[in-house]
Amino acid sequence: MIRKKDKYQERRFVIMGIFVVTAVVLLVKIFILQVVDTSYRQISANSTVRYMTQFPARGTVYDRKNRLLIYNEASYDLMVIPAQVKNLDTNYLCNLLNITKDDFNNRLAKAKKYSRFHPSVFFGQITKEEYGGISDKSYHFHGFYFVNHAVRHYPYSIAAHTLGNIGEVSSKDIENDAYYKSGDLIGKSGIEYYYEKKLRGKKGVKAVVVDVHNREKESFLNGELDTLPVPGCDLVLGLDAELQQYGERLMNGKTGSIVAIEPSTGQILAIVSSPSYDPNALVGRVRGKNYNELLNNEEKPLLNRAASGTYPPGSTFKILNGLIGLQSGVINENSTYICNGPISHPIKCTHNHHSPTSLTEAVENSCNPYFWNVFHDMLNAKTFGGVKNAFDYWYRQVVGFGFGNNFTTDIAFASSGQIPSRNYYDKIYKGIWNEWTVRSLSIGQGEILVTPVQLANYAAAIGNEGFYYPPHLIRAFGDGSPIDSVFTTKITTDIAPEHFKTMKNGMKRVFEGEHGTARGSAIDSISVAGKTGTAQNPHGEDHSIFIAFAPVDNPQIAIAVIVENAGFGSTYAAPIATLMIEKYIRGYVKRTNVERRIMETELK
Amino acid sequence: MRNDAVTFKIDWWIILIYIGLATIGLLTIYAAVFDAEHPAIYDLATSYGRQFLWLTISLAAGMILLLINARFFNNVAYIIYGFAILLLMATLVIGSTVAGSKSWINLGFMSFQPSEFAKFATALALAHYLDKIDRDFNKTRTQLTAYAIVLIPMILVLLQGDAGSALVFSVFLLVFYKEGMSGRILVIGLAAVAIFILTLLTGKTTVIIGIIVICGIILIFTKKRKENFWKIFGIAALVITFSLSVDFIFDNVLKQHQQTRIKIILGLEDDPLGVGYNLRQSKIAIGSGGFCGKGFLHGTMTKYDFVPEHHTDFIFCTIAEEQGFVGVVLLFAVYVTLMIRLVIMANRQRSTFSRIYGYSIASILFFHFFVNIGMTIGLLPVIGIPLPFMSYGGSSLFFFSLMLFVFIKQDANRKDIL
Repeated sequence: MIRKKDKYQERRFVIMGIFVVTAVVLLVKIFILQVVDTSYRQISANSTVRYMTQFPARGTVYDRKNRLLIYNEASYDLMVIPAQVKNLDTNYLCNLLNITKDDFNNRLAKAKKYSRFHPSVFFGQITKEEYGGISDKSYHFHGFYFVNHAVRHYPYSIAAHTLGNIGEVSSKDIENDAYYKSGDLIGKSGIEYYYEKKLRGKKGVKAVVVDVHNREKESFLNGELDTLPVPGCDLVLGLDAELQQYGERLMNGKTGSIVAIEPSTGQILAIVSSPSYDPNALVGRVRGKNYNELLNNEEKPLLNRAASGTYPPGSTFKILNGLIGLQSGVINENSTYICNGPISHPIKCTHNHHSPTSLTEAVENSCNPYFWNVFHDMLNAKTFGGVKNAFDYWYRQVVGFGFGNNFTTDIAFASSGQIPSRNYYDKIYKGIWNEWTVRSLSIGQGEILVTPVQLANYAAAIGNEGFYYPPHLIRAFGDGSPIDSVFTTKITTDIAPEHFKTMKNGMKRVFEGEHGTARGSAIDSISVAGKTGTAQNPHGEDHSIFIAFAPVDNPQIAIAVIVENAGFGSTYAAPIATLMIEKYIRGYVKRTNVERRIMETELK
Repeated sequence: MRNDAVTFKIDWWIILIYIGLATIGLLTIYAAVFDAEHPAIYDLATSYGRQFLWLTISLAAGMILLLINARFFNNVAYIIYGFAILLLMATLVIGSTVAGSKSWINLGFMSFQPSEFAKFATALALAHYLDKIDRDFNKTRTQLTAYAIVLIPMILVLLQGDAGSALVFSVFLLVFYKEGMSGRILVIGLAAVAIFILTLLTGKTTVIIGIIVICGIILIFTKKRKENFWKIFGIAALVITFSLSVDFIFDNVLKQHQQTRIKIILGLEDDPLGVGYNLRQSKIAIGSGGFCGKGFLHGTMTKYDFVPEHHTDFIFCTIAEEQGFVGVVLLFAVYVTLMIRLVIMANRQRSTFSRIYGYSIASILFFHFFVNIGMTIGLLPVIGIPLPFMSYGGSSLFFFSLMLFVFIKQDANRKDIL
């Protein structure tokens, strides 16, 4: 060790000065806290401060006519702070809550695991009636107290999949968002899930002094520390509760879905998935039990078939293939093809009609050979320079209608369906394939899968003659903030408007034509355009499909209906679609016999 | 070397203060987690039991240190430093994550924070480096090397995500100052912090207008206006640029929870159930202690309603609640005595190594004391660093003791230096 002169020896006084001055500053602040400021003294040695979360009212939900779809009902949570629990009469509490001692111990252990010092929900969602019996005895139980915590109620008992439900947060939710604490409720499905951040509001907190007898005395520091809860934002949906309810009754006893859209806005008017359940069954403490029952039900009532069920579109897809044929120039509105009926090759015709057939007649009769020929000629058109390039063109057009998930939606967990691409076939057939390989696509079979929501959107785009707004549930926010701009941005297809006029004529003939496949479902005084479809189903009976919109010239409703395993499109899907249209446009249904037949039919 | 006489040369004041603080800490931990059903003091299942064990181990280690040759630590300073750097790097790979930062190494039977050890190693390395005859803080080369010695472990700790422990290294600025660094750097550092806070509080526009106004006034009243114009203009431009970059630094360099903690201190945000909870409860506990306190084992705030840190980083609350302002003043007296005593001892060293090492540990203890208590009373953001010798935590107590006893040994042998 070497001795060097300490050149800056005098600087030690600066350092000591810093030490002393800092200590004095700290002491002054502590003096203010402990001696000058008297507000903290109300905490005597025997009382404690309890921070009580003030839960905000979750936003209510209305339909397009301001009818209540979801509102809040009073309910209570029994909270516990494990470190404050003492002298507890466990049996008495168990009796009051009607739980076993084991259950009690589990709950307390769970709360302790979360925190000994922070409150957690001991027993959640106690109804108003139960609360009345327990609340006046709660002072017996040190460390326990009640907080008000509303539950959801669905007055219409409809649209369970769409409205969704709320449940206790999972540990993952808590990890992802520090806003949530154990026992909080969070949207689990439907719009409750999608609009969680809008609906939840902001929690407040109230600091209360609690004395030795577990009684809340006064607001701590005169409420200086309290923050008021901010209520959640109300939602107005595009749904029409009456139409939705009507749709659910029509689908009673059947498996499938109905999706109705307002073409001028993209707002969903009705979205039915059947079988369904009462959304009130997933509220409160019965939620867990009922949820498990629904989960294990063989008919899969929890599955939202309207948004996540995928089906081949069947003949409804012929409209699009016709449009692509017209747009690409391989056919015009007067083009005809020969139909050899049942002996047509490679796809036979299942309908009996005269030949040669025009485009509108082909739509009216759902003629398979006609659309196979259009598809064949389109893929071989010289302008594209090869089948695969032509197929790329076809793919782009199809995706342009929102198939294969080309749009954003606020329907939670919506599936994207599937449109096979050139690469897809290249992979499967190792690059060697042609128009014959993919012939099923011409009549909407094969590798195409679409959701009912996409089908309804497709009907809307045809009705609008070439554009659509992404289908969505939200109509407006209660706080006046604008809805997501993707829902108000028009998406245009690449097909010229005049071609839609041609196809609309064909779709009108589906009802009005002599051979129209849905002529039995025509509605007097309302002009409807539609198309039947029968989707082959390898697992059983074919699916009955129908798309339609009305009135033809200025559509107010576009609809897609799928009834699983119900056979031809004209048998169930077409009458259900037209009943919905009639109900929506006229406000009531004249064809009560059809209505009765549909409602009473159970397909199991 | 006459080790046999070491006991007579030891600075017994320091030993006394050390044992005093550790004992207060132990009793406070006992009070903080006191459970009337299990009142035993020595029980390894309890935190005070374990702390007592660690105090015993630390004292034993301290005794051994007193028997080691005083030159030993000067000689192996770089080895210890290198080992600490390796440990810090290893932590980045094999460390376990606690509360968001990867700063603990788990040894199976115990886990410890290498950053605790790194403080001690950095003090040794710095002292050893500046000890050489040709080292002079007026030389740029010396300055830069000294900064590097501190910055390397600081950055490694920062990479672990432990901003609080990394900040501790900034206190070496005091040591640099003592050894000749310009006092201006200290002032500039403080000014930067002040502008940072002012910008967050009042927004950049206000700060920029304020700076322009102040510079304008200085220009009007300054005598040599022309000569000083560019100087003042330059300073103003620098300060304004800094102020403009505050938002960027705040949003991009600091983590979300750090931003929140700073905002809460500045009163810009209120989060009584989240991060603000600790702080509010801490202030209530301290405030409720009043002038005389509620008495030993009678603090309720800290016992019942508190966050789990009430025996670690927030141990001061328990003391303040149970002993009141009187107890706080006494505690401060002990700490300030310790720090002043360390400065006096450092000043009487003949060897540069011991002197710089002494100032280093005085500064480190000061920083922990200031930031820890500042945080519990809401003067500083919540930075999780322990109160030396008192907070619960084996590795913290052990390394603080190690650091102190090495200096006690240096001091005992100070006369041996020719």
